[in-house]
Amino acid sequence: MRQSSKSVHEVTVNGRRRESVVPPNMLLIDYLREELRLTGTKTGCDGGECGACTVLVDGKPMLSCITLVSKVNGKEVETVESLSENGRLSSLQRMFHEKLGTQCGFCTPGVIMASEALLRKNANPSDEEIRKALEGNLCRCTGYVKILESVKAVAEAGAAR
Amino acid sequence: MNKVLQDLMQVKPNKAAGARIPLIDGVEKVSGQAKYTADLDADDALVGAILRSPYAHAEIVNIDISEAKALAGVKAVITGEDCGAPFGILPISENEYPLARGKLRYRGDAVAAVAAIDERTAQQALDLIKIEVKELPAYFTMEDAMASDALLIHEKRKGNLERAVDEEFGNAEQGFAEADLVLEQTYHCGEVTHAHMEPHASLAEYDAERDLLTLKSVTQVPYYVHLMVTQCTGMDSSRIRVIKPFVGGGFGARTETLNFEIVACLLAKAAGGKVRMKLTREETFLTHKGRPETDVCIKIGIKKNGKITACEAKVLQRGGAYAGYGVITILYSGALLHAIYDIPNVKYTGRRVYTNNPGCGAMRGHGTTNIRFAFEALLDSLAEEIGLDPIEVRRANLLAPNFETINGLRAKSYGLPECIDWVEEASNWKEKRRQLPRGKGVGVACSHFVSGAGRPVHWTGEPHATIILKLDFDGGITILTGASDIGQGSSTIIMQSVAEILGVDYGRLRVIANDSAITPKDNGSYSSRVTVMVGNAAVDAGKNLKKILVDAAASKFECAAEDVECMGEVYRVKGSPETAVPFQDIVDQAMIGSGTITAKGTYFVPREFQGMGKQRGAAVGSSPGYSYGATVAEVTVDEDTGLVTVDKIWCAHDCGFAINPLSVEGQVQGGVWMGLGQAISEETGFQNGMHMNANFLDYRFPTIMESPDIEVKIIEPIDANGPFGAKEASEGMLSSVLAAVSSAVRDAIGIEMTETPITPDRVIDALVKQERANKRNQSGKGAV
Repeated sequence: MRQSSKSVHEVTVNGRRRESVVPPNMLLIDYLREELRLTGTKTGCDGGECGACTVLVDGKPMLSCITLVSKVNGKEVETVESLSENGRLSSLQRMFHEKLGTQCGFCTPGVIMASEALLRKNANPSDEEIRKALEGNLCRCTGYVKILESVKAVAEAGAAR
Repeated sequence: MNKVLQDLMQVKPNKAAGARIPLIDGVEKVSGQAKYTADLDADDALVGAILRSPYAHAEIVNIDISEAKALAGVKAVITGEDCGAPFGILPISENEYPLARGKLRYRGDAVAAVAAIDERTAQQALDLIKIEVKELPAYFTMEDAMASDALLIHEKRKGNLERAVDEEFGNAEQGFAEADLVLEQTYHCGEVTHAHMEPHASLAEYDAERDLLTLKSVTQVPYYVHLMVTQCTGMDSSRIRVIKPFVGGGFGARTETLNFEIVACLLAKAAGGKVRMKLTREETFLTHKGRPETDVCIKIGIKKNGKITACEAKVLQRGGAYAGYGVITILYSGALLHAIYDIPNVKYTGRRVYTNNPGCGAMRGHGTTNIRFAFEALLDSLAEEIGLDPIEVRRANLLAPNFETINGLRAKSYGLPECIDWVEEASNWKEKRRQLPRGKGVGVACSHFVSGAGRPVHWTGEPHATIILKLDFDGGITILTGASDIGQGSSTIIMQSVAEILGVDYGRLRVIANDSAITPKDNGSYSSRVTVMVGNAAVDAGKNLKKILVDAAASKFECAAEDVECMGEVYRVKGSPETAVPFQDIVDQAMIGSGTITAKGTYFVPREFQGMGKQRGAAVGSSPGYSYGATVAEVTVDEDTGLVTVDKIWCAHDCGFAINPLSVEGQVQGGVWMGLGQAISEETGFQNGMHMNANFLDYRFPTIMESPDIEVKIIEPIDANGPFGAKEASEGMLSSVLAAVSSAVRDAIGIEMTETPITPDRVIDALVKQERANKRNQSGKGAV
């Protein structure tokens, strides 16, 4: 069997610049989870269906399960692990915790990253804008009610970054 | 007086039961630190993979694994030949093998499995396995499977009948004779599945030198997994350790031991090492164990005042290829026709049928959802025809606390009346029902569920739950529990229960759960049992530890134990605030001559709550208490597209007492929403036994765009059997949602939808029929 030839990729992940030698067909999610052991980003489906793998690439939410590492060469990737500061939760994470925007927690990293992207460009989104931003993130526990409340609480507290 | 003593004197008792606090494991979840099974470090593990049947029904002639075995990098290849012990959740119907033996029974059945050095090699090995079969006729509908000439999917199961239940309480025929109105209708519910967000995964490690096996898996009930792995590996149970990492939802799917968990263990043993098994989403759908496709033919008679005189229900469930929980599901459907309303005469006929589809099992609202839909929907029709408000018909049939039903179910509390009152008021029902413009409507329905099965699946004589507390020199208290937190918050509830009894700060408590080498056995997270059963055990353990602490305080203060007062983390002599000492002083005192302290708590369901009926299967449906829910849904129906949009749901849920109101709200919203998915969009689909929507695009559960606000009211009648009065809070409301939505659709367009999900296709069909009927009527009138 033919092995695909590997090449060097320069990717900044959570503020740390990395040079990694990976095959060109490697998915970003496998790079994050298996090469870097950043397992906060989840695989919930067989590709592009559930949003659990959402990460930010240059600030934009992207599905890491259908994104090749080669596509993010030279770019900045942020995962859920990047949000806490000095071991304390970010205001967005705190609201998901305190308002019960998370139950089983499996969709949560993806939901939080999609919400983070929204709040960065729109610190005070309407319900409809929150819904639109999270339309690709499936959750099976909450009925989305407390997810919506969590994001709104950040906006209302004016605590969005 | 010094400042420390001043502070101590002002302390008030801590109040933990009823506190609205976040889940104790929430920080890990929002920060990405929570480790689910697939996240566990296993770089050195072999990759396990399963070969799945492309046939729906076939006799295995030969499975040739020689080429797969010879492939470089393959460490083990196993088939049904390697494990002759069947497994299953119910001791009376264990008819599944980890890998199929003799026959393949559905498309997706596990044929063989490999362990290899990487995914690519594992896949290559699967491709090299040659299956030779004799195909058999396959049956995908209940009708076909029950046909007189159908082959048997399982031996000795005549007519492919898994279980027949025939029971009558009172005299239904006589009851119908007394009624002023009797209606009969057939309802159909499509099959649904759990679709928990975390795909199935296991990590099995076999220590060949010591003959020890460690399994980490996605289970709701590690104890059952432990039993089944013991049975299928032939190992001594003491050599097996089962650990449950974070679990990404279950909803019933993981109450049974699933084949891949056992296969991972068999592979680890065969390869003499560590095997990681990660199922795809498609395989997770195929593993299934969801809610069966169901036909319900139901007949109810009522008096003019709405009082029900009799009910007769015939239920057919398409169980799929293996037994699973099936016997319990079909019994539940009959048993929980009772214990929600006062019905004097009830006749029930249940048939559970084997077909060549993935096997069904337990799903949130187990056994009650589809029959509740039918029952509540028919109540709506009865109300309409006899000219009563649907809410009034329900009010005419209420039970009272401390009831015993005609099938032997008992309960101490009953908060359904208050639930109904609240949804009527909050939804502004009286101004809306029949008064909204065409295309908009409101509907109502009720439902209930057990707070734990009165008698567990494996009846061993042990307590229903056990909790162990460890208090050590540091003043920290470790709570050891086998209850599985799968996101529903069980560890938080247990922690709050212990904190309430001991009066200590949360920071002093830590919960360690689900490691069979450390934590006590627990029957796990199924049938909504944890709050009541494990909660009661936690209260008992807390009381036992408290007694040790109070005795230590008494000896420190040189007073009688009755004279010790505990104010949260401060102990003192009653009436003498100046004697106050902090918790650690009492701990130090208690350690003298004792060292590390452990206290155990247990819970037994009182005998009279284990089902008092004489009928076969009488224990099914029994419980220490029932939760109740009433739901009003408001919908908009687009008559051009047939799309039903649910605009708002009000749900009142009687959970006895909310140990954590935040968590109860979250559970109720989640349960309502899951019912909503079944009501409007969820349904599995098969083509010649091939799963046609084993992915999240085709299996449509609501996204945030389609999900309404869900307003929750917690009703707290305080149940004497529950810890602090609590009952379950995550299943009882679900089943009401289907009929509440269909009732609202009827209010909106004047058509009763008798099938779920109420998809645009079904609505358009119904509208076309309505239009044709209207035209016929008009032209008929014209001819007269």
